[in-house]
Amino acid sequence: MSVKSLRQTVQGLLPSLSPVRFVAEDGTPVARRPADYTEPPVEALRKAWRRMVLGRRFDAQATALTKQGRLAVYPSSRGQEACQIGAVLALRPADWLFPTYRDSVALVTRDIDPVEVLTLLRGDWHCGYDPAATRVAPQCTPLATQVLHATGMAESLRRKGEDGVAMALVGDGATSEGDFHEALNFAAVFRAPVVFFVQNNKYAISVPLARQTAAPALAYKGIGYGVRSEQVDGNDLVAVLAVLSAAVEHARAGNGPVLVEAHTYRMDAHTNADDATRYREDDEVARWRAADPVDRLETYLRSRGALTDEDRAAAREEAEELAARVRAGMNADSVLDPLELFDHVYAEPTPQLREQRAQLAAELAETTQAQED
Amino acid sequence: MAKVTMAQALNTALRDALREDERVLVFGEDVGPLGGVFRITDGLTRDFGEQRCFDTPLAEAGIVGLAVGMAMGGFRPVVEMQFDAFAYPAFEQIASHVAKTRNRTRGRVSLPMVIRVPYAGGIGGVEHHCDSSEAYYAHTPGLKVVTPATAEDAYWLLRDAVGDPDPVVFLEPKRLYWSREDTDLRMRGALPFGRAAIRRAGRDATVVAYGPSVPVALAAADAAAEDGIELEVVDLRTLVPFDDETVTESVRRTGRCLVVQEAQGFAGVGAEIAARVQERCFHSLSAPVLRVTGFDIPYPPPKLEHAHLPGVDRILDAVDRLQFSDEPDTRHLVKGAVA
Repeated sequence: MSVKSLRQTVQGLLPSLSPVRFVAEDGTPVARRPADYTEPPVEALRKAWRRMVLGRRFDAQATALTKQGRLAVYPSSRGQEACQIGAVLALRPADWLFPTYRDSVALVTRDIDPVEVLTLLRGDWHCGYDPAATRVAPQCTPLATQVLHATGMAESLRRKGEDGVAMALVGDGATSEGDFHEALNFAAVFRAPVVFFVQNNKYAISVPLARQTAAPALAYKGIGYGVRSEQVDGNDLVAVLAVLSAAVEHARAGNGPVLVEAHTYRMDAHTNADDATRYREDDEVARWRAADPVDRLETYLRSRGALTDEDRAAAREEAEELAARVRAGMNADSVLDPLELFDHVYAEPTPQLREQRAQLAAELAETTQAQED
Repeated sequence: MAKVTMAQALNTALRDALREDERVLVFGEDVGPLGGVFRITDGLTRDFGEQRCFDTPLAEAGIVGLAVGMAMGGFRPVVEMQFDAFAYPAFEQIASHVAKTRNRTRGRVSLPMVIRVPYAGGIGGVEHHCDSSEAYYAHTPGLKVVTPATAEDAYWLLRDAVGDPDPVVFLEPKRLYWSREDTDLRMRGALPFGRAAIRRAGRDATVVAYGPSVPVALAAADAAAEDGIELEVVDLRTLVPFDDETVTESVRRTGRCLVVQEAQGFAGVGAEIAARVQERCFHSLSAPVLRVTGFDIPYPPPKLEHAHLPGVDRILDAVDRLQFSDEPDTRHLVKGAVA
């Protein structure tokens, strides 16, 4: 390879020096528009804004329900709505999404029933929805393991001649896990149509980004594997949607995987069980509040005359309806059958599992009998 | 009938599976043009193409994680871990995803995939090349765990594993790869997947063995017969599902039981079997159930593995402790407790 073409190859893989941004924090368009990306049509931005309003309300409702004991735990994504909504809106229905536990808002945006989305977090043992029907893998709790699954799915789609794409969602902490690196490497070698979307929300529970990596940005982790990479302002929906749409189409066209890092911020603690005041300052949170993604897009759309008071009222009303639906669903006690725990270990239970199922059934019957006596 | 090695039987099983089901894929480290370090995939890339049998980057979690995604995508991956101890990087994928995906999706997503692992010792392998890792997998609900002891079983159990709707960890005893037997692989034996085989009938004691220990147990039975003791040898074939019925029926008949495994004994598969036999056959037992195992040490070097592996003598010593002469086992006698 000549020096010139090598330089072109390297530059083609490297991310932009600063995160791609279309809209400044105050909602005004940036002075210099990103040359490599196309701003999504205004109708797509209006749709995204509405989804962001719904997503934020869902997130707040889930947090509130956790405080009331209706959920076992809830990892909030407040502040990351541009990423959650942008990721899903960049995909087609036939594409696959491989989310983490912090991506419930993305699943709601994918039109999965919100009560199904919260099934695991309310204390059930399974993911709640049908991965095959929704083309959304179970929300993954072990870090970065699902990035390999996304790569395998993408490779399946490629081999079957389907033009689908898989997108894996991960956080900044998960980029330290070996599976993340193996997935980037495998995807590049196989030219699998997969997009790795890192939501860098600056903390892995309590550990700040500086303790996670010495890289100039997480997006630079792509070049070592030959994976095309980009970084984007993760609180600018316009930029997130533009960059992810380009990444998805790059993969779909058979050009191989793409790594996208979004710079965003987790406004809430890791979960309701976490105390963020132990590891970060209030003024840092306040600084990010000024960069709020929902307000930013709203200001931008209003300034373009693309959003009215009526739109706002309608979205708020829809969000309240969604919240009411979530409350109603979560306030109804879910009935879990302990005997079903034996039913999905294998396609057919082993003789031992049948015995144990009968044993538990007898124990439960005795308990019921004792309560009745 | 033709002389067939276990390695040839496995290769034939993969060929037939690739030929009969286009969803079957074979991949891993060096499984392509090289044919695998043990040559189990010999010629598959040549005959079925790079699309069906291919090399991957050298990363075991990556191989198994990729297989999970491809199984979700409708394929039936058969992946190779190059050696038992090299499979450990994949353990999180195996324990957290391969084993649990059916359960985590309430039965909606199954992972029909096979993880082939050359395992156990007896080949003079240097460190990290000879672990007996079966207990890790057998302890993990959601996995089926298979280990053949004959070429015929190697063929049919692998065919069954590839066709199974659940993930199977397929443990191949390295030292049996080159053992030959007269068999026609087209003739399926009578035993279904999940059933143990009685390899030798005997009235005096039951020896439960699996994988690499089965030929050792049979050799011990030959030697014991010369002393007039008839050992029944049970070959488990599958550790999960476990065939309680065959084992229990045999021990109730013989009244004595030895369990043989190469692996270190503590918390091993043999301990589980001994406990199950004791629970189910207590009133038929004339002696405690004994385990004949490797020692609780890291797998020894090639020059010392003979001292570690249970051989005929260690089995015969255990037979002597089965109280045929009504003498208590002095090894565990408490001083002063027996007059």
